[in-house]
Amino acid sequence: MKLRGINWRGAMLVAGMALLTGACDLKRAAVLDPKGPIALAERDLLFDAFSVMMIVIVPVIILTLWFAWRYRASNTSAQYAPNWANSVKIDAFVWSIPAIIVIALGVLLWRSTYKLDPYRPIENAGPAIEVQVVAQDWKWLFIYPEQGIAVVNQLAFPAGRPVSLRITSDTVMNSFYVPQLAGQIYAMAGMQTRLQLLADQPGKFVGRNSQYSGGGYSQQHFEVVSLTQGDFDAWVAKAKQAPGRLDAQTYPAQAAKSRAVPITYYSAVEPGLYDQIIAKYRHSGHAHTQGQGSAVPARR
Amino acid sequence: MFGKLTIEALPLYSAIAAGGAAVTVGGALLVAIVLTWLKAWKYLWTDWLTSVDHKRIGIMYIVLALIMLLRGFVDAIMMRAQQAMALNAGGYLPPEHFDQIFSSHGTIMIFFMAMPFMTGLINLIMPLQIGTRDVAFPWLNAVSLWLSAAGAGLVMVSLVIGKFSTAGWTGYPPYSGIEYNPGVGVDYWIWAILISGVGSTMSGINFVVTILKRRAPGMTLMRMTPFTWTALCASVLMAFAFPAITVACGLLALDRLAGMHFFTNAHGGNMMNYANLFWIWGHPEVYILILPAFGIFSEVVATFSRKRLFGYESLVYATAAIAILSFTVWLHHFFTMGSSANVNAFFGVTTMIIAVPTGVKVFNWLLTMYRGRIDFHPSMMWSIGFIVTFVIGGMTGVLLAIPPADFLMHNTTFLVAHFHNMIIPGVLFGYLAGYMFWFPKAFGFELNRGWGLASFWCWLIGFYLAFMPLYLLGLKGMPRRMETYNDPTWQPYLMVAALGAVVVLCGIASMVMQLYVSIRDRKLTADRTGDPFDGRTLEWSTSSPPPPYNFAVIPTVGDREPFLEAKKNGTAYRRPASYAPIRIPSNTPAGVILGGFAFVLGFAIVWHIWWLVIVSAIVMFITVIARSSDDNAEFTLSAGEVKRMEDERFRELGGRA
Repeated sequence: MKLRGINWRGAMLVAGMALLTGACDLKRAAVLDPKGPIALAERDLLFDAFSVMMIVIVPVIILTLWFAWRYRASNTSAQYAPNWANSVKIDAFVWSIPAIIVIALGVLLWRSTYKLDPYRPIENAGPAIEVQVVAQDWKWLFIYPEQGIAVVNQLAFPAGRPVSLRITSDTVMNSFYVPQLAGQIYAMAGMQTRLQLLADQPGKFVGRNSQYSGGGYSQQHFEVVSLTQGDFDAWVAKAKQAPGRLDAQTYPAQAAKSRAVPITYYSAVEPGLYDQIIAKYRHSGHAHTQGQGSAVPARR
Repeated sequence: MFGKLTIEALPLYSAIAAGGAAVTVGGALLVAIVLTWLKAWKYLWTDWLTSVDHKRIGIMYIVLALIMLLRGFVDAIMMRAQQAMALNAGGYLPPEHFDQIFSSHGTIMIFFMAMPFMTGLINLIMPLQIGTRDVAFPWLNAVSLWLSAAGAGLVMVSLVIGKFSTAGWTGYPPYSGIEYNPGVGVDYWIWAILISGVGSTMSGINFVVTILKRRAPGMTLMRMTPFTWTALCASVLMAFAFPAITVACGLLALDRLAGMHFFTNAHGGNMMNYANLFWIWGHPEVYILILPAFGIFSEVVATFSRKRLFGYESLVYATAAIAILSFTVWLHHFFTMGSSANVNAFFGVTTMIIAVPTGVKVFNWLLTMYRGRIDFHPSMMWSIGFIVTFVIGGMTGVLLAIPPADFLMHNTTFLVAHFHNMIIPGVLFGYLAGYMFWFPKAFGFELNRGWGLASFWCWLIGFYLAFMPLYLLGLKGMPRRMETYNDPTWQPYLMVAALGAVVVLCGIASMVMQLYVSIRDRKLTADRTGDPFDGRTLEWSTSSPPPPYNFAVIPTVGDREPFLEAKKNGTAYRRPASYAPIRIPSNTPAGVILGGFAFVLGFAIVWHIWWLVIVSAIVMFITVIARSSDDNAEFTLSAGEVKRMEDERFRELGGRA
């Protein structure tokens, strides 16, 4: 089986193995392998919409190729109808088929958009743990107001418990993205966005900024860990031991531009720091913005 | 004296940047040397640069587009090479170079490749299809061309002097604001887009007026060719949408230059306003680009299936529906900005509704092929490749239209794959189909088929290799615009994508070869009839290339396919009893002067050379006044002269007449 020095059997084996490895690899692809109810519902939407659309996409592709071949000029046995250009029945058909599919998908879209509104708390899963998220150049700061701690580039929480995120930016627009748990939402200075997530099981996930934000953007990823309640308590206790503290004096140094910052714990956080970070973009010496300090949502 | 401009602006900070500058300068010098050697400067100036003939302006637009396609593709292959190598901070690009490349790639491909290509094709063909002698405002047309060229020039010069923007082709503030981006890059981007955007707005107005007011007698709206219909809808969109980006960029420029705060983080500025303004232009822009391509596919599929276009009315209504709906969907570009479920759901549904008229069009092309006699001319191949590939992109687009699904896929390479899946098969394949279809009309000889087919197959296969892996990488959660990454499982996909870019390179090389071979063999493939493909519409009834006045006698139209009809009942190529004198707009250097000084103006603002800003603004003002008060803007071609040119045409036609 050799042709001009190419081992075809070997080549096919390699190609087959590559495809198989690719398929196994994709099974673990972040979006296709969700680890919580929000990401799972979002992925299922993708699958549902994909399946519905295959009803038209596959026939159109097949018909295109088939018509092109069947009605090729050299095939004189095929019927030729140069003036056939109108058919009310077909017109009705080609308008109604896409319309029906779009109506079906539209209903799916409308309902899911409400159900998966990132501002809507996760129901029937107990009280949520609150985390405040600040996008910085080029790292992520997570403040735990209840626990009074803060962490850079690591978001930890107990598995099975909803996590309610309040998100802002202390720099340009970022996008907070955890594909296996929650999808994403923008982080914008002077404003607050929200995102809910829940991890079914303990595990480690990747979080990223997906909105280009300058030189350190490529390294601006963070670790997301869901822990058992016991491990989470231990994690909080460990953070409480850290030497660093975050307040109005130490914050600017922490927020200064830095790249590929290792996970850093802060044992104490000045209450209201998160609101101050938002407010500083809203108090700028202009009389009309005075006194509107507290967290202003991006959504009115 | 020179504002911020110093010797530091030369790109000597890295070998790659210096290399890019050297290629740009070298290329310009090479063109200058060749022109001097051919003693072609005078010809170039009198016959082309100062021309106001819509056909020549169209050709110059397309030349600009093809040059910028090369530049934009170099950016693309550099990015694919970087990402293929960039695992764990690998790669060959110096830091903060990758971001300039993705910014210039997007900017060039949309504003300086696709836009001029489209405007060029409409310029070249639409007036011929509606049976008129020129566009409504020939001089304005030249101004539009030279403003586009000035914008493209600014992008090119940023390679040599200073840096280009790193803010992506969308230039989102506050990143693009002065606080985070104090250099000249964003200013180059802003002024390139502002200047060319004004040109595009004027082109839109020009085309709308031309189509509405200058159609040949008997050509009712419902007898216009599908390409003219799509050109009309796209032009309406241009006239209404481009002001939005002009305003957005203008306000951003004020933020940067005058210390204002429209989009900054502080002082009451809000970046969300920019995102809205940008995409109020940006979404219609997608349809500005793709509708004319749909028109081209309609003509190409009908011509090469040797069959009437199926469902003309459906297609017209679908086009108009898309044009209107295109203004109602812009928010889907930022479902992730925190809008309420009401807002997201509304824009998600409007986005999906666009899939209906688009789906109708696909069926119409299919049914036009049905019971046809299909000739696999390269233009037809681009069309078939388009239909098969485009429906995949449409499908992924509908997926992204579902807000919660978009939360997963937004800003990933899935999104990148999606819009390339719309724009490469949808827009570029359409324009290339048009280029290979109408080339003989413009130049009087056909393009080589073999190289055309080679180019098609390389583009098609290269497209799948380059973008299918990006879909999968998006599913793996890879954000767009990453200079480096730390996930080793991404690398194999990125290597396949890089291979795809190499295959596309072969496609581009085939296009260059096609041009070379076709010019070499032009005597053999000369088109003496003006109708090499048994065409159906009026542009094929003139000679190739058409005379300056297009039609010696303006035709009277009684059918949707007037030329095919005329050939059937024997009235085609009939010599009129007599000729009348024809008024033709005179060439003028005013357009190229205006464009030249617009370039200088933009450059001077970028570098804060204020005296030069004032000087160039004054020169532009005087040029406009001078040309507008010129009473000799037209000249008369005598009836005898027309007769002489027409006699020559009928000699060429020989027996047909």
